[in-house]
Amino acid sequence: MEREFFLLLSGVATVSALLVIVARNPVHSALALVACLVQIAALYVLLGAPFLAVIQIFVYVGAVMVLFLFVIMMLDVRKESQRRYLKHALLPGVVVLVILSGELIVLLTQSTKLHAAMGPGQTITTQPSVEALSLLLFQDFLLPFEVASVILLVALIGAVVLARSEADVTPVRSRKDHGEVRR
Amino acid sequence: MIGIEHYLTVAATLFVIGIFGLFLNRKNVIILLMSIELMLLAVNINLVAFSSFLGDLVGQVFTLFVLTVAAAEAAIGLAILVCFFRNRGTIDVEDISVMKG
Repeated sequence: MEREFFLLLSGVATVSALLVIVARNPVHSALALVACLVQIAALYVLLGAPFLAVIQIFVYVGAVMVLFLFVIMMLDVRKESQRRYLKHALLPGVVVLVILSGELIVLLTQSTKLHAAMGPGQTITTQPSVEALSLLLFQDFLLPFEVASVILLVALIGAVVLARSEADVTPVRSRKDHGEVRR
Repeated sequence: MIGIEHYLTVAATLFVIGIFGLFLNRKNVIILLMSIELMLLAVNINLVAFSSFLGDLVGQVFTLFVLTVAAAEAAIGLAILVCFFRNRGTIDVEDISVMKG
């Protein structure tokens, strides 16, 4: 049963990832990426990490992809992005694809040697729990956790500062003066 | 039984698709950002798969951190994109050449 689920989820994830790349409309790309994210969240459940699956759906599908869709629709770039491919980008793209996929195939087929070096991995015996994850997060990884919160704060302030228009920066009175001068 | 190789294969496929999108779609910056998200996702699959098969929860903690950084990166990238579009009226990658020497 696990095998069928894995095949279904990974197949749909790969197809929708391809759709992200080849779709002409950016909105279609974003929706395909949402589908891919949901499939991968289901793969997390198969791997025994349900908490990460929920967090992935919350953060990616709920926040990041909505932000993407919002920006796509706000900029209204659908018309100008009809011709999306560069003319001479196909050849280097295919070369990189062949090199990288060959390297990954070699790594995957030779991975039995890596397994021997790592030793046999034991599967999780206890039920995966949010409790163990949170204990690890708040005991051993407390400093990285706090640094992550600082990163989020910096991203928040940076996004606000970057996206603010010039008119908001200048005070009201000088804006009024500019208008009178122009008139 | 599904082994770790299968999960690694899926992750490698997604990563290569992301790289290919980065090379192929150099017309629209939004698609580039989505390709980067795809690559980060592949890395996350690798981390969770190793965490599950080696019985070590640290991989899941790192996945959480990667998720955080990906969200911050998307927010900053889209803010820069909006700023650029407001100044230039386009988001073609070919037009972003102000700093070209």
